[in-house]
Amino acid sequence: MRPFDYQRAERLEHAAQLTAEANTLALAGGTNLVDLMKLQVETPQTLVDIGRLPLGTIADEGEGLRIGALATNTATAVHPRVRSEYPVLARAILSGATQQLRNKATTGGNLCQRTRCYYFTNIDQPCNKREPGSGCGAIKGIARIHAVLGASDNCIATYPGDMAVALAALGATVEIASERRSRSVPVRDFHRLPGDTPEKDNVLEPGELITAVTLPAPVGGIQLYRKVRERSSYAFALCSVAAVIDLAEGRFTRADLAFGSLAHKPWHDPRITDLLVGSEPTLALFDKAADLLLEGARGYGENDFKIPLARRTLAAVLCEATGVEP
Amino acid sequence: MSVHLKQDQPDNRNVLDTMVQGVIGAALPRPEGLMKVTGTASYAAEYDAEGLLEGVLVTVPIVCGEITMIDEASVLGMPGVVAVLSDERMTGRPAQGMAGEAPFQPAREVRYWGQPVALVVATTFEQARDAAKHLKLQWRVEDAPLDPKTAETEENESTRVGDLAHAMADAAHTVDVVITTEGHASAAMEPHAALAQWDGKALTVHASLQMLKFNRAELADSLNLDESQVRLLSPYVGGGFGSKLGVSQEVVAASLAAIQLGRPVRVVMSRQQVFQTIMRRSETHQRIRLAADAEGKLTGFGHEAQVSNLPGEDFAEPVLQSSQFLYAGDNRLLKLDLARIHRMTAGSVRAPGEAVGVQTVEQAMDMLAEKIGIDPVELRLRNIPEKHPAKDKPFSSRKLAECLRKGAKAFGWEPRPRTPRHTREGEWWIGTGMASAARVHSVVEAKARVILRPDATAVVETDMTDIGTGSYAILGQVAGEMLGLRPDDIDVRLGDTDLPPGSGSGGSFGAASCGSAVFLACDGLRKELAKRLDIASEDLTLKDGVARWDGGEKALNEILGSEVIDCVGHFEPGASTEDVTVSSYGAFFAEVAVNRWTGETRVRRMTGAFGIGRVLNARTARSQCLGGMTWCIGNALTESLHFDPVDGHLANCDLAEYHVPVHRDVPDLEVLLIEERDAAASPIQAKGVGELGLCGGAGAIANAIYDACGARVLSYPMTPDKVMAAMPKV
Repeated sequence: MRPFDYQRAERLEHAAQLTAEANTLALAGGTNLVDLMKLQVETPQTLVDIGRLPLGTIADEGEGLRIGALATNTATAVHPRVRSEYPVLARAILSGATQQLRNKATTGGNLCQRTRCYYFTNIDQPCNKREPGSGCGAIKGIARIHAVLGASDNCIATYPGDMAVALAALGATVEIASERRSRSVPVRDFHRLPGDTPEKDNVLEPGELITAVTLPAPVGGIQLYRKVRERSSYAFALCSVAAVIDLAEGRFTRADLAFGSLAHKPWHDPRITDLLVGSEPTLALFDKAADLLLEGARGYGENDFKIPLARRTLAAVLCEATGVEP
Repeated sequence: MSVHLKQDQPDNRNVLDTMVQGVIGAALPRPEGLMKVTGTASYAAEYDAEGLLEGVLVTVPIVCGEITMIDEASVLGMPGVVAVLSDERMTGRPAQGMAGEAPFQPAREVRYWGQPVALVVATTFEQARDAAKHLKLQWRVEDAPLDPKTAETEENESTRVGDLAHAMADAAHTVDVVITTEGHASAAMEPHAALAQWDGKALTVHASLQMLKFNRAELADSLNLDESQVRLLSPYVGGGFGSKLGVSQEVVAASLAAIQLGRPVRVVMSRQQVFQTIMRRSETHQRIRLAADAEGKLTGFGHEAQVSNLPGEDFAEPVLQSSQFLYAGDNRLLKLDLARIHRMTAGSVRAPGEAVGVQTVEQAMDMLAEKIGIDPVELRLRNIPEKHPAKDKPFSSRKLAECLRKGAKAFGWEPRPRTPRHTREGEWWIGTGMASAARVHSVVEAKARVILRPDATAVVETDMTDIGTGSYAILGQVAGEMLGLRPDDIDVRLGDTDLPPGSGSGGSFGAASCGSAVFLACDGLRKELAKRLDIASEDLTLKDGVARWDGGEKALNEILGSEVIDCVGHFEPGASTEDVTVSSYGAFFAEVAVNRWTGETRVRRMTGAFGIGRVLNARTARSQCLGGMTWCIGNALTESLHFDPVDGHLANCDLAEYHVPVHRDVPDLEVLLIEERDAAASPIQAKGVGELGLCGGAGAIANAIYDACGARVLSYPMTPDKVMAAMPKV
């Protein structure tokens, strides 16, 4: 850990002003950032503690729900409306990390959590995300947990979280504020693909802070979050699927799907929704949906298995949601 | 007073059974348990000292080469930095268990990625850590083999009896299979840590070590000091798993710094350093060949394995250890090859050998049972040899058949040939599997002093360690039983080289070895009491501080007055374990659920039945078995060191990415302790328990996976991708 300055922001404007400075990072729950600082993966000169900003509220907003950026993962997952009206979100959060971590982790921090790529977290290894231009150690290395969709020659890291995958399926929106302006970005567009600038995980600019995530009016339906992992807790997904599904008269009327741990962002492909809605659920249809999902998928040896795994996990979720017998 | 025994003969007297205090074997809680769970038991890094400095090890990102320059000036101006040490005596790797001499020096000769080469010392830990990252080094890089598949190998061990190839050709049923296992970490909950103090003449080090007698010698040799100048203190050790058998790098570095700077120095390894620099269990490549007649009686048994280690390290994961005698078969070929590659030191990680060698044999046996069409338990029962199949030595005691039968009954095992994919619950295939367990027994030299006071209290002293195993509890129970005292009235003092040298904790020999030393010391004290009463010690009954004999009774204070008496027990293994094959045996039964879509496997229940000789404490023995069975789950399903193919570094070097089972992965585990007295094993008829619980159980899980879904996975760990790929298409 490098020595750093610590400042506590008392107001949002103050926080935005401070974090606009170079080499300055915002500290919320710290469950990811502090670990990365110990490893010198993150070496901010200044840490701005935003933990006291009044951003922890979860409240109705119209028919939807507004989750403050500092609401803890635990608070969100146990919120009565989240549990009853957005169960995919509660399930996704509860499948992540551990109770202790969820008690500290925040909504905004979780969206900004960084990749678990082994090469990113080891400063003695090349990593374009950590040190642009240094190369990618993972492409020819241990790529078991890496991306099969949307990767580039510069970076094959994944976004590792669960919560954001559910938010992407739900069509949630990220509210962002800076000193000068506020803006909203759909969760589906919040994270980026690595391209030539893998150092940028998401669309946040310096001085911008997440203030809340808003959920649209609840849509009911069958909401599932399926996380495939090596052990049954405290492991990042090998592949995950968030699904909000509804059926009427034997056909899909809603099929909002998002996929985790396959790409640098929660993966959402509107073509899958288009394919499914209006159709009768069958195994053949699920396979077609997987074809769309995995069009252009590429493995890097160690993670080749994610391609068939994603296909099978999607089929598992759709079978569970529709009652189709495999 | 002292009593020495070199055990050349089996001891069938079962002396402990003739005692009447009634505490031996009892499921008593650990005397230090409350301290541990309330955080009041101090571990190595938790001590403090006047003027304490903090050291952080500097590691290098090359796999092989030599450090040519260390630019101390690059950090000496940083805040708080006191010194940079790159002494010739620094060690780059840990000593092997029971080495008793310095490990490889000097540290500047780098042989694996992440090797420590220097120590930065500063006023605070944070300053030292930052400076350690900034220290400028220059090095020369050498090419080095990284891949065990292509590296040069040397033959380490082989046994050839009869003609296996011929037996395979003539057999009614054969199995010929290659199974691989990946490297395992030995990281324990407590990271490696040392706090060293030098008073100008002598060194005192609080450290986290398993075998102090050997560690003192290793440290003294590393530093060119006399052993008498070194005192090690490890009263509590937060887990070892073999990683603390030999003196490790932080102990030597902290000691050198304390000597050089004349101030106390603490060095704690980061979790990443623990993973990258401490003992690994070698990956293995194993070929099993089984030849059987029509009834399933083995006529041939082959087990060939390749393991790896650094050049210059003698240790080779003894994969074949129990294959030598577990099953019959007149034609035998056992062969172990050692590949020389540059990964961190391979050494004795919990249950070296059997932890990866039994499960593969047990998978092959499952395949054989399927070919013959018989119950897998029955196949094992038909192949229990009368005597060591290659050495013509009888077994001292062998509870394998009993463990198989009692374990099967407790588990509810259905005695039938297995056909996979018989039960499905929703998405989950359900199956059961079983495996035998076997682990060689050993005892080593140990001394312990027992002090008996007239107020019916006693003190037990030895440099033995308690690495979470229950040493404090069981040594108090042996003394309590022998001396007729309540264990609460016995103060067990461990983990200090000023005390008589015990065995240390390793190889599951600690309880039997140190327990025997305490037993002998107590035997001496009993004889002394009997002498003072003018009776034969056999006629003396001691209970609750009162001596009774035919015709009389006296309280201890009446016999001793105000005198305190003590005796040192000195146990040495002798011919009793040379003329017979002494081992622990058991059986595992597991039920798993395998997801039909994803191949995710969850263990639903598991039963283990174990014959471990005399049980000294039913609670701590059971806990050891639970720990072993938990390792089985990790070994079968998740644990794997991932080494980068390009530069050889360890990629998953923390407990978030090296997957040991979490609570949710560990279902109700049932442990049956099968009563046994092994007269050849030790004077207290006890054998090892700690490691047996993980010797074979991963095979039971693998066999259950096959029974559940028809995936015969031949590569551990059986992660979802491998199970999914091996599942038959529906």
